[in-house]
Order: sequence, then structure tokens, then C-alpha cells
Amino acid sequence: MENNYSKKVVIRYSAEIVDQPITYHLVKDFDLSFNIMRARVLPKREGLLVLDLSGTKENFDKAIRYLKKSGLKVEPLSKSVTQNTDRCVHCGSCLAFCPTGALYIDKKDMQVLFDVEKCNGCEMCVKACPVRAMEIDLI
Amino acid sequence: MKKHRVEKTYKEINEKIKKRKAVVVTAEEIIDIVEKKGKVAAARQVDVVTTGTFSPMCSSGAFLNFGHTSPRIRASKVWLNDVAAYAGIAAVDCYIGATQVVDGDPLNSVHPGEFNYGGGHVIEDLVAGNAVRMRLESYGTDCYPARKYEKNVTLQDLRDSILFNPRNAYQNYNCAINLSDRIIYTYMGVLRPRMANATYATSGQLSPLFNDPWFKTIGIGTRVFLGGAQGYVVWPGTQHTFNVMRGKDGIPRESAGTLAVIGDLKEMSPDWLVGASMLGYGVSLYVGIGIPIPVLNEEIAGYTAVKDEDIYTQIIDYGVDYPSGAPKSLGEVSYKDLRSGEIKINGEKIPTAPMSSYYKARNIANILKEWIEKGEFLLGESQQQIPSGSS
Ligand code: SF4
Ligand code: SF4
Repeated sequence: MENNYSKKVVIRYSAEIVDQPITYHLVKDFDLSFNIMRARVLPKREGLLVLDLSGTKENFDKAIRYLKKSGLKVEPLSKSVTQNTDRCVHCGSCLAFCPTGALYIDKKDMQVLFDVEKCNGCEMCVKACPVRAMEIDLI
Repeated sequence: MKKHRVEKTYKEINEKIKKRKAVVVTAEEIIDIVEKKGKVAAARQVDVVTTGTFSPMCSSGAFLNFGHTSPRIRASKVWLNDVAAYAGIAAVDCYIGATQVVDGDPLNSVHPGEFNYGGGHVIEDLVAGNAVRMRLESYGTDCYPARKYEKNVTLQDLRDSILFNPRNAYQNYNCAINLSDRIIYTYMGVLRPRMANATYATSGQLSPLFNDPWFKTIGIGTRVFLGGAQGYVVWPGTQHTFNVMRGKDGIPRESAGTLAVIGDLKEMSPDWLVGASMLGYGVSLYVGIGIPIPVLNEEIAGYTAVKDEDIYTQIIDYGVDYPSGAPKSLGEVSYKDLRSGEIKINGEKIPTAPMSSYYKARNIANILKEWIEKGEFLLGESQQQIPSGSS
């Protein structure tokens, strides 16, 4: 089978379902492979998991549906990347490393803007922005 | 010397500034004026042209005097937020340099290092009013017995603080590409392999030294916008040079002049001094500088009308050539093309990214314009020309 789809997702779960073996189901039932990019259990036993999932698009969609039905919140990781506009100096050096064009220069006033729709959540900007204006918020 | 049809003096322009009658425009606005009316009419109409640049500028730092402690200490080692400052100046003086990395930083041991904190950040913290942990060490003398001292200090607690940058405001800089097969992390930003992108610095037509290519007005004693306050040009910067390839109006086509600048850190603002972390390279400091150019005659009006399309720079390979110490030009490209977001090298289209903020450069030129219009900023007449190869 073709493994042609890959996406980073943020999964949040509540205290009641914290013990479910999510990753086990993802592999066994949906034939997805994954990398755990981040995992956190919060004080009230809610949890947060960032996974880089890959497999077929069909199975990926089925898996997301299954996760949501089980009461988990699933979002694409990209939604968590934000530009701190108070911090950004509009240098434009992110244009050199943002692979998707999500960071771009508005030619009129020369500010650097962030288009969240184009962002793939690669996090390159989080480390490479010289003033740390790009933030990733997992909680 | 060439006879000019318009002749103005610093004194005349300053009188107009005091009366709030000076006509001030930015280096972008003068372009149209000269194009429409010609140099002579422009020189009659306009008194001052303001410029600006905002870039990571290594070779920046601050002299700090933290005052005497009791018991006294002759500090031989100084740290600010664990960033080492140079202490071999006097008992309670030091110099905090922009590129000093915080002690204990993993540097590039995991490549590319993140370089989250350093001297540039200490300077930003100070101007932002944040408390900074100062740690002193000494060997103890009869007159300065203390061997250790530690205290939180803010900028206002320091007795004196002088921003003194030995090399700023580069007159032109390389366009960087990477011909190697691996991604590289440089002070010119992230360069993808096989010429997949190009980066460039300087704010082109807005940049101070492109508007005065022969240093006809900018000299020792010129008053400038520095870090949000009024500062001065005090010397040619280190690595200043003028025997370079030149284009239209004598505009350098490769890196050339530089400036040493000075100002009171206590008057500056974190909007214009910002710590920089260059992935895989190190730390630095973004510095905002703006220089007013008095339009003394039509020749100077002509220089200030410089446009991005007339300014060229050399393309340099940072993959192999530059690190080996034998950089050679792979071609020439204009700032108009660089700013368009795409350049062509050997027929190939390559996306570009700036390192310096055109947006902030424009802000600086506008702020300086406002200061002069309001009569708050007078021109400082150059007391000594900076070597430029021109009479
Ligand atoms: S690199 Fe950072 S500071 Fe520079 S424009 Fe991009 S987000 Fe803003
Ligand atoms: S996370 Fe990646 S794609 Fe999104 S803005 Fe940052 S560099 Fe661009």
C-alpha cells in the first residue's frame, strides 16, 4: 500500500480517556506510522500529544474520525504557530527558510505577514527567527 | 571645485529647522522630487533628506560603568545575565559586546545551535528597563578589597552607559547564495543547498551611505538617529574602505564604507536595539540608525535620489568560497531585483530574502523627519571628512 500522506496533528484528551491506548489503535487499525513529537500530561491528568502521522490519506481520515468519536480533540499542528507581532521586526529573514510561503512580505508597507492557512507546522521559524517572534503554542 | 547653482550652509539649514521651516523628506520621497523637477529645483526646495537602516549589526556594544561598591571592588571579570563583558578597562568599567554568547551555551555542539541569549540580548534587556544580574570577580587589592559582588541592576542604576559601535551601517553588502550540497546556517541567514535561495542585507535606496556615496556630508561629528535617541558618527568604522568597484554616481558595487557611532544608551529604546539569535551562527544586535543628509547643493540632491535599480551588489557563495577566505563574485544583481523577491542567476530563478528590515528602516527615516520638522533635531556639521577617495 502507498504511504503518501503525512501530517502533524495535536491531540488533546481529557482525564477520563487518558488511559486509552490511542497509538496502538492508530497502528493496528489504520496502519499509520507515527513519530511522537511531543507528549505532555497536565496536572489534572488531561494530556497532549503531538504526532507526525503518515499513511494513506484514506486511513488518515478514518483515524481522525475515530479519534474524534472517542472524545479527543484533534487539530492540525499548524494552527498552533503564531506570529508575535509585537516582537517581529519585519526583517524578512524567515522568507529564506519558511518552506510554504506562509511568511511573506506585504510589498506595500514592507511588513512581514503570516498566513496561517499556508503554514505546515514545520516549526523551522520557531528556531530560526532571530528575535523569536514565531511561537508555537501547544496548550 | 565644481561651482553649484544652489549653495546652502549647515547654519542656514539649522536656522530653518529652529524656526520649524525646514523642508524635510525621506530618501524614498526625494526620488520623485528629483525625477519630476530636476536636481537644482529639488535642492532649492528640500533642506534635508532622511535615511534609515535596521539590521543585525555585529561590532556593536556598550561601555558600562556600574559605580563603586562598598566595600570596593576592582572587577577583573564581569558577567551580565551570565554573559561575559570585557573588564580590562578600569575598576568598575566594562564593555558588553553584542556577539558574546551566554556562558554554558551549547553553541554548535548540536548543529545548528539556537544561540538564545548573548550580549545583544543583555543590551536589549537593559534598554527595556529589565533588571540584569551583574556578577563581579576580582583578586582583591589594598584599595579594592572585595573579591566577589553580585547584584540585580537596571540601566538607570548604572552610573554611565554608552553605546559605542565600532562598525555599523555598512555601505553595501554581499548577496549570499550556497553552491554546496548541504543547507548552511550563516550570519546571512539560512541558505539552502544548490543555490535554492539568496539573502541580502541593507535597505538599499533608504540606506544612509548609499545616499552619500562619497561621504560629502556624513563625517565625524554628524548627528544621527541611533537606537531611538540622538547619537553621533565618531570615526570611520572598522573595515572601512573606499577603493571599490563603483557604478552610477560613484555608488559602491561591493561592501565599502562603514561608520563608528556613539550615543547614550539610557536614552535609547528596545524598539531600535533588539537582540538577535542567528541559527547556527551566534548572537548579534539589531541596530536602528538614521542619518540626515543636508541638501547643501544640487550635487547632493542628486546623490540622495538614488534608486534601488541603480544600486548593485555582488553574489557570493557562502557554501565554499566565502568560508575558504577566497570569495569571488558570481555576478551582480540590483537591489530592485533583490527586493522583487526573485533574482536570476545563469537564467535560473532564485527566491530572495532580506536580512534587514525595510519596514523599520522606513519608520526610522520618518521619525527622523518628524524630529527635524519639529525643530527637535539639529544637523551636526562634520568636523572631519571620512576618507572616501574623493576630494
Ligand atoms: S524572521 Fe522573525 S522577526 Fe524577522 S520577519 Fe520573520 S517573523 Fe518577523
Ligand atoms: S512553521 Fe514552517 S511553514 Fe509554518 S510559518 Fe513557520 S517555517 Fe513557515
